[in-house]
Amino acid sequence: MTDIPAKAAAPSASSGSVLLTLMKLRTFIALIAVLVFFSIAAPNFLSSANLILMSKHVALNAFLAMGMTFVIITGGIDLSVGSIVGLCGMVAGYLVLNGIDLQIGYTIYFNVFEIALITLAVGILIGAVNGLLITRLNVAPFIATLGVLYVARGLALLSSDGRTFPNLVGKPELGTTGFGFLGAGRLLGLPVAIWILIVVALGAAYLAKYTPLGRHIFAVGGNERASRISGVRVNMVKMFVYMFSGFCAAIVGLIISSELMASHPATGESFELNAIAAAVLGGTSMSGGRGTIGGTIVGAFVIGILSDGLVMMGVSSFWQMVIKGLVIIVAVVVDQAQRRLQSRVTLMQMAKAG
Amino acid sequence: MSAAAERDVILKLEDVSKVYAGTVAVKHANFEVRKGAVNVLVGENGAGKSTLMKIIAGVEQPTAGRILLEGEGVSFASSGDAVNRGIGMVFQELNLFGNLTVAENIFATREITNRFRKIDRKEQERRAAQFLERLEAGIRPDTLVEDLRIGQQQLVEIAKAVSLDARILIMDEPTSALSAAEVEILFKVIADLKGRGVAIVYISHRLEELIRIGDYITVLRDGRITGQEEMKNVDTQWIVRQMIGSDAKDFAKADGHVPGEEIFRAEDICLPRVTGGLAVDHVSLSLRAGEILGIYGLMGAGRSELFDCIMGRHGQATGAIFIAGKQVKERDTTRRIRRGLALIPEDRQREGLVSILSVASNLTLASLSRFVRLFHISGTEEKQAVTQMVRELAIKVADPAQEVSSLSGGNQQKVVIGKALLTGPKVLLMDEPSRGIDVGAKADVFRTMRRLSRDGLGILFATSDLDEVMALSDRIAVMSNGKLTGMFDRAEATEAALVAASALGHGPAPHMETNAHD
Repeated sequence: MTDIPAKAAAPSASSGSVLLTLMKLRTFIALIAVLVFFSIAAPNFLSSANLILMSKHVALNAFLAMGMTFVIITGGIDLSVGSIVGLCGMVAGYLVLNGIDLQIGYTIYFNVFEIALITLAVGILIGAVNGLLITRLNVAPFIATLGVLYVARGLALLSSDGRTFPNLVGKPELGTTGFGFLGAGRLLGLPVAIWILIVVALGAAYLAKYTPLGRHIFAVGGNERASRISGVRVNMVKMFVYMFSGFCAAIVGLIISSELMASHPATGESFELNAIAAAVLGGTSMSGGRGTIGGTIVGAFVIGILSDGLVMMGVSSFWQMVIKGLVIIVAVVVDQAQRRLQSRVTLMQMAKAG
Repeated sequence: MSAAAERDVILKLEDVSKVYAGTVAVKHANFEVRKGAVNVLVGENGAGKSTLMKIIAGVEQPTAGRILLEGEGVSFASSGDAVNRGIGMVFQELNLFGNLTVAENIFATREITNRFRKIDRKEQERRAAQFLERLEAGIRPDTLVEDLRIGQQQLVEIAKAVSLDARILIMDEPTSALSAAEVEILFKVIADLKGRGVAIVYISHRLEELIRIGDYITVLRDGRITGQEEMKNVDTQWIVRQMIGSDAKDFAKADGHVPGEEIFRAEDICLPRVTGGLAVDHVSLSLRAGEILGIYGLMGAGRSELFDCIMGRHGQATGAIFIAGKQVKERDTTRRIRRGLALIPEDRQREGLVSILSVASNLTLASLSRFVRLFHISGTEEKQAVTQMVRELAIKVADPAQEVSSLSGGNQQKVVIGKALLTGPKVLLMDEPSRGIDVGAKADVFRTMRRLSRDGLGILFATSDLDEVMALSDRIAVMSNGKLTGMFDRAEATEAALVAASALGHGPAPHMETNAHD
């Protein structure tokens, strides 16, 4: 969590508005509610195997949602993340299987670490394309990333002619083995993907709270003109958030294809919507300027636990969609109510102060 | 007053007041509008002219007082009400739909329809063409409004008001964007309307215009009506006297320090306007350390645009600026701030503050790099700077972590000033620093300006408040129509000379005394 909402909470909490405090903690309350509900309603829900499996599902969405959070805080939107997941998975799969043919009779094969770096670079590059379209060519973020959504998905399909790259075991003699570590490996009992999530989340939260760039992200979303006049390099800030979003999507692409040991070009379809939902559930404002990494992670957990728990209870997937949609709507309605209450409390305090 | 003149009164405001949250815009105003005459209303920015007119046009409702239309008490719930009673208004801010055609704009909300409620586009365009013809505008009724020049849009706005066939027609600064030729045509139309018995209320800053076409004049100051006369009995001196008054405001006293070396120079700054012409027209000026240079001018004189050019907000601006003799080659705002320039923008809400961030975050937004170790913002150093600024500028805030939007206007302005000061500027550009803040905060802001100039900062400040520019400046520059039209030392500046210089270059100026030199 960044400091902004947390600190702003202090004066109003002291004014004794219990309701306001409850509303502020709504995502946490929702998280606890779904946890309690499913541990009672679904057998095996609290088994460690299930918890770890669930956290892996959550992690994928959480990565995308973090990148999305920064983008939304600047007042933009990134619809292309799902396609970047798909394309980056294909890039990794292609490199493991085929390497790069230099057309002169030689083919370069990379080791797994290099492949991961190249894939991440591809994700960042696509993010940069989004950023350039938005900052240099003044395309609205919705349209720019919608276009990139189609282009990236199309490229992913073209890369294999729509087929899956199967069996990414690699060949020991080429040094391309070990790709499964990211998705299936464990460190100290926790999946590698969870460790990566922890590192990236801590990094992102630190960035938001303690660095000028983080402060600038909030400022740009709050008031772009004022930021520009204050000397904030608005275009650089925007470039960064889209590149970070692309980076997060590339991580997800790597993890998924590593987990399955295969790359499928349709991977990640509609992931962007889940990411937006998690960010919004976590208190990110679509009009920009507000949001926290911590809130978004909690939001991702609520959505993830909700859908996994419902599956375990045997609720039909059609009803799952209905429930997910209702939860998002309720979250936003409560958010609006909180804003109104907050401003009333502030006004009352101002009136009291004189 | 003769009985005949009394009979001509079509609309009368009795003891009307209008209060907004925190400020009183109009105080106990008595105002009469006569038919078949041009009733001129004049006053400084913020004097309450526009509010008074909005009350007549039904856009705003008076907090207290009565409106008498032909001797009968009325109250307008909306502008539609007023239109139905024969009152039309040309707004200062253009109220047009850019995405609709000229004809659609003129007949908005009273579309001409056929039996099946389908809009009769042909008929609308035919009638619109008639009104436009009278204005000799050369505008086709089927063009989109957004494709017109601002001046032409203003003509459309006028045509729309004329088409109402109003008995009372209010024109709020109708000439602000018109060329000299267009102004002449407008005056012909006004004369024509007058001849047909229409009562015209005319608001303008341009004194020569008022004297030329006005029959009666009313002067407003700080929400009060300070003078009401027949035009033939008054002269410029009288108007200026009524506008400015003699009640002193709380300006910090000059401390008599002597300005130092030249710290800032602008040479030949030009900024082209989107609609053609120059918004800033070859402006050159220089500023010494510890000097306060006031830039006086009316709205749209190009003061804000000049500041924008200096801050590097317009890529297409030309000219050169120098700080302490060295040319500033950097073209973007970020690096110009680093070179020691800082701007306090005119529009606090839109350009000054990030309203959803805290007071502290706003204060340090422009100077974050000062508190960074490697890439980490040092919380203690930032807090220290914030606390110091809050104390120095006497910002009234319980906790700097509060959202900045919870502060009063005056304290918000102090936050904007604090943000600029934290960047360690050598030259401070202040655009209307006292706009929209209460008297106490104004005094604080003025004191701060004095203190900063004593500390050796060069201050350029733009204002359209005559009192302010006379009381605070060491030298006064006057801008009009994008040009620098006067440069006065404080000792030799007179209000009349400033007003005269600020009206230069507008329309067919009759001969004006020009003490402009430099």
